[in-house]
Amino acid sequence: MSMTMTQKILAAHAGLDEVEAGQLIEADLDLVLGNDITTPVAIDVMKGFKSDRVFDKDKIAMVMDHFIPNKDIKSAENCKCCREFAVSHDITHYYDVGSMGIEHALLPENGLTVAGDCIIGADSHTCTYGALGAFSTGVGSTDMAAGMATGKAWFKVPAAIRFNITGKPSKWVSGKDVILHIIGMIGVDGALYKSMEFTGDGIRNLSMDDRFTIANMAIEAGGKNGIFPVDDLAESYIKEHSKREYKKYEADSDAKYDEEYTIDLSTLKSTVSFPHLPSNTKTVDEIGESIKIDQAVIGSCTNGRISDLRVAAEIIRGKKIAKNVRCIVIPATQKVYLQALKEGLIEDFIEAGAVVSTPTCGPCLGGYMGILADGERCISTTNRNFVGRMGHVNSEIYLASPAVAAASAVAGRICQP
Amino acid sequence: MNAKGKVFKYGDNVDTDVIIPARYLAIQDKKELASHCMEDIDTEFVRKVSKGDIMVGGKNFGCGSSREHAPMVIKESGISCVIAETFARIFYRNAINIGLPIIECREASEEIRPGDEVEIDFDTGIITDNTTQKTYKGQPFPEFMQKIIKAQGLVNYINEGIK
Repeated sequence: MSMTMTQKILAAHAGLDEVEAGQLIEADLDLVLGNDITTPVAIDVMKGFKSDRVFDKDKIAMVMDHFIPNKDIKSAENCKCCREFAVSHDITHYYDVGSMGIEHALLPENGLTVAGDCIIGADSHTCTYGALGAFSTGVGSTDMAAGMATGKAWFKVPAAIRFNITGKPSKWVSGKDVILHIIGMIGVDGALYKSMEFTGDGIRNLSMDDRFTIANMAIEAGGKNGIFPVDDLAESYIKEHSKREYKKYEADSDAKYDEEYTIDLSTLKSTVSFPHLPSNTKTVDEIGESIKIDQAVIGSCTNGRISDLRVAAEIIRGKKIAKNVRCIVIPATQKVYLQALKEGLIEDFIEAGAVVSTPTCGPCLGGYMGILADGERCISTTNRNFVGRMGHVNSEIYLASPAVAAASAVAGRICQP
Repeated sequence: MNAKGKVFKYGDNVDTDVIIPARYLAIQDKKELASHCMEDIDTEFVRKVSKGDIMVGGKNFGCGSSREHAPMVIKESGISCVIAETFARIFYRNAINIGLPIIECREASEEIRPGDEVEIDFDTGIITDNTTQKTYKGQPFPEFMQKIIKAQGLVNYINEGIK
């Protein structure tokens, strides 16, 4: 056999000994995920099925996280629709205000995603769980509805690109810089329809939070999924957070890859994506002109985990956010928020003049909690800098790591930590 | 099955945030949602589009979020087919699942001009630009996806137990 890690997981979930790139399969799902934007559409689609029964009430996760606490009447109606469905179908993993967090930080933290799983989510950043050695990918609401009803989804088995990670990153270089560097190198469609498989001894120098960030943005290179091998660090994370059994899959030594790249972490520098594509990258030391900012956002499913907040707080501690800059910090989950509070990080942010919000996707997609006006610039640890993504069509988003965002918030312009 | 209409043309990497900005995603009514289709890059689109018209994009059409609202508003606007060099994978799935015809063809994506009258034969994958009299061969769907499209979406496909 010569299968990639992704292909092995898909074959196992399709009940097949072997699959190859391009093959169409139907796979059993371990988890079906939706949020407050995509779930109401899926619930509406489910009305078209002969029965509105769900395949397994324990294998569906509904996370209210995009426009919650509700930003307006329409978003309140959407959450109400999800809540009523969750109650009437006795959905075990329904998360609302008080228990919710940003879905892709919350589910691993609560042990719902483990190595070897096959997961779909009606949210494009569902690829995050590849950090744990799971196959997980984003789909739409109709796929979510079909998944909830049947426990299955159709897939075209992806070809793969291998990224061989070597070396050790320097102090302020994080998973965000790794993935922005890769997207800058291969482009926003560089991995279109393919799996991004990360291998190599440099992976041991990446924390789990770094790996979540990298897998999270596989979609920004067009990838179907991003996936990491299950090493000791990943296993201890899974054991700490989950009681579920997990399974380690490894690529065959003769697995086929369409392309291979080597990334030496020791050569990477702090990287920023300029408007209006994530692939439009420059290292911070390449930026000639002074780029003044109006806002800094530190959070999201990409960079709202505890290590992200620790890095940001380390830079901001004892300093002040620059005059006329708004700095918005959003812990990704209640647990992250509480941990940050106990460690004194929240105090660091507030003393510096930043604001701290309850978990929400809000500003990342221009929902609320930090919308940009005409001509404004934002440095953001989020994942997309498309036209109008965070507000006015003439606003600009610069994507960066928590370290760069924090340093820039203090300086008032984009700069090195 | 055929589609015929005038062309609205856009570039590479048309993302779901410009197809339907997230600030409107709390809206459930399809017509109201569709009234904002493409507005951040083409304020004229909604006013000018007629039923049956065709959208042409470049590479990686529909990249970004998983929102099914994106193919939904394009379909609701009256667009009968989207031609692109490539589609982002979630948009591709969503379009098939909701029954919005899409077709991949590099030459057609490059050469067809805004305002041209274009005709697509879905059975053969032949794209004809009636304005320039040129024809192109689009990439036909695998049989499995054709079954979903013929069932007019994944819901009917599952209900009918088609295999």
